[in-house]
Amino acid sequence: MVSNKKDNVLAVLSISGGNDGLNTLVPYSDGLYRDYRPALGISEEQVLKLDDRIGMHPAMSSLKRFWDEGKLAIFLGIGYANPSYSHFRSMDIWHTCEPDKVGVEGWLGKVIKEIDPNAENVLTGVNFGRGLPRALAKEGVPVASVGNLETYGLLTGIDGEDQRTDALDVFGRMYGPTIGSSYTLDYIRRTGTDALKGADILATAPSLYSSEVEYSATSVGQYMKNIAQTHLAGFGTRVLFTTSPYNGFDTHANQASDHARLWTDVSGTVENFYDDLRQHNASENVLLLMFSEFGRRITDNGSGTDHGAGSVAFVVGENIKGGIYGEYPSLQPGDQEEGGNLKSTMDFRQVYTTILEDWYGMDPNPIVGGNFEKIPFL
Amino acid sequence: MADQDIALMAHLMRRAAFGASREEIEAAAAKGYEATVEQLLDPASQPPVDEDLMLRYQPAYNHAGAIEVNTQAWMYRMVNSPRQLQEKMSLFWHMIFCAGHSKIDSGEEMGIMIDMFRDHGMGSFRDLLFRLSTSPGMMFYLDNTESHKVALNENYGRELLELFSIGVGMDEQFNYSEDDVKTCARAFTGWNVAPAYPPFPHGRSPWEFRFDPADHDDSEKTFLGHTGNLNGDDILDLVCKQPGTARFVSRHLYNYFVADEVPVPSWRQTPPRDPETIQALEQAYFDSGYDITAMLRVLFNSDGFKNSRFTKVKNPAEMVAGTLRLVCDHRDEMKPGLFEISQEPKYMGMDLMNPPTVEGWHTGHEWIDSGTLVERINFAADYLGRTELPGVQALITRLMGRGDNLSAEDFVDGCIELVGCLNITDDTRSELVAHAARGGELRHGSSDEQAEFTRRSGEMFQMLAATSEFQFE
Repeated sequence: MVSNKKDNVLAVLSISGGNDGLNTLVPYSDGLYRDYRPALGISEEQVLKLDDRIGMHPAMSSLKRFWDEGKLAIFLGIGYANPSYSHFRSMDIWHTCEPDKVGVEGWLGKVIKEIDPNAENVLTGVNFGRGLPRALAKEGVPVASVGNLETYGLLTGIDGEDQRTDALDVFGRMYGPTIGSSYTLDYIRRTGTDALKGADILATAPSLYSSEVEYSATSVGQYMKNIAQTHLAGFGTRVLFTTSPYNGFDTHANQASDHARLWTDVSGTVENFYDDLRQHNASENVLLLMFSEFGRRITDNGSGTDHGAGSVAFVVGENIKGGIYGEYPSLQPGDQEEGGNLKSTMDFRQVYTTILEDWYGMDPNPIVGGNFEKIPFL
Repeated sequence: MADQDIALMAHLMRRAAFGASREEIEAAAAKGYEATVEQLLDPASQPPVDEDLMLRYQPAYNHAGAIEVNTQAWMYRMVNSPRQLQEKMSLFWHMIFCAGHSKIDSGEEMGIMIDMFRDHGMGSFRDLLFRLSTSPGMMFYLDNTESHKVALNENYGRELLELFSIGVGMDEQFNYSEDDVKTCARAFTGWNVAPAYPPFPHGRSPWEFRFDPADHDDSEKTFLGHTGNLNGDDILDLVCKQPGTARFVSRHLYNYFVADEVPVPSWRQTPPRDPETIQALEQAYFDSGYDITAMLRVLFNSDGFKNSRFTKVKNPAEMVAGTLRLVCDHRDEMKPGLFEISQEPKYMGMDLMNPPTVEGWHTGHEWIDSGTLVERINFAADYLGRTELPGVQALITRLMGRGDNLSAEDFVDGCIELVGCLNITDDTRSELVAHAARGGELRHGSSDEQAEFTRRSGEMFQMLAATSEFQFE
């Protein structure tokens, strides 16, 4: 475990759409799995075996490398009680740690506030993708949300580099402090100044970066590259977030080919990401968390799977205790969650709690809203 | 035409419509303020949005199941409906009667709910509350489907009172008790949704409201001092009679159309910022038998409204639709790109048809954070800089009409006026004037000069779109 928690960085890849945990970590020795998955079952010969019960989806060989190195923590049966089967609601629950009421503050927004209470660094938290995920939302916490790092900034529509530089100079002065203006105008100007500062700094990241690693051209590949670029640029960013293409993992149909393609991309990208950081000697303080809002129905529907409950999540990191954590939820009909789903055996807030306390050195309780037993992977 | 008439009309259009092009503002100003208000208040006097055109290009809009398609069709209506106030009211009710896709999980149901706000949002408030209370989407969203004679769920009963009608309190008093909440919920037991077909594999079918007498608690109840075998219908009658309801609707109209109020939870303790206008609205509510149009007539003709220019932060839908209406893009034509545009409000913090909670979006300055401000500025600046768009050309033509070799001051003032952000602060204005002066003379005689004048005008419009002042309406 890294002792210097003040430098520790968390990158989060949110797998959007509801990843099929059963076909991600296949309980290949369980006869019930074969019964429930007549169309989509993955055979014992195909899986990448982790032990005598569980094997990874065959498209995940790149991620398996981290398993072999002892740098992959796997969380089985992760979820929460009384699961929601709505993409949005369940994502919100994962983002806000509020399963019973609708929360508006994100757990990582609170983390950023804790790290940088006076918002001295406008890049303490950075999101890649358009719009701010709920996880990063908190009033008074500036978070840059970057759709495209190459072109990110203000007034990107102004043609000509000189003209734009000139316009941004004017912008900087127009957003300078005002005397005797309204609260709202003053607030907007302060926000604009923060945004300009963040954009100016972020814009330098691509030119500071050189690497032999070729990321895939998919949005997961490019955004994870942007996360690496931002980390390597040394802006003091501690929380980085991105989301795979919206509802991409929502495999109601065509799951066999889609799920393989999606995991080929995600695992290949994770490998690229750590290769990149390692080449720059900057991987030691980076933890990567991957989760999805829910898993999928135990029984396949002939071509895909419908929304389910308990699923799987992953943490990758150089100094973690790799391994399988938690219990695989039972497939026995009597043990299932209502509606033919896996009953979660681990609360996602246990993983958050562990990261908060052992990675960031923070009190997890106010962030996750209660006391949750840690998982000993750090 | 007097400049102040244009300025007042531009204000009316920003608030009672999703903005307008310069030509539309001039035409409306020529017609007169009161006449334009009357036209806005009477949607039937205008043709509806061209649905044949929409469906010819986008057959998928018909009973669309996907939420993205429904928000896209709605954005097209905001930009294009000739019945602008009606469309504005559909957004108004959506921001109060909040139900969201996150739980409803059916784009079609959300579309049906917005249609209901559009078709009935300017009529009787009593009628609207009844439609809301029989909306299958709302019954499901607020768990009335889980509320039974033998096992009460108070969610809808509570929110109907707290967030949709009477409000918790006013003038520091409470408007109802916890017992009233329970009674209200009991009265709405049995107001339910007929069982739906499973959505997979053949897709969803629209839900239907169903009253189930067997699941309705018809025992005697007391609500706000009235005792009887009250049903939901009786509750709505009693609710609409309350002074609290008149106050609540009035304050919401004021907050949406006139000036940002404090958030709803503070309304019990914090008096309205303009008691006179609120009182006039309350009076109109009762005098007209709860008619929303009658309240809007009072509102738009009040001095409080006319004097409220640039006191509100534009909401994201207004920013997006208003910009497109000004520059005249995506107007009266279906063309690619509308999907991306319909996602813009989400990037700016307003995921249409999916409000964050039943309490809705936090408005006013809370629309702005460092992420959303970048989105707002870049969106508006990108469009205002596109000098080939007809709406932008119309601005440049008028700017040229102000004479050749404009001074930097006249050029900037002309741009400010034409873009419609008329309350630019002195410090911002002097930065822009200095910027214009650095660019040299502003002539448009030769074709080269015209091209340069056009470029510099577009650039100045972009800089105006980037100002803090442009965030207001």
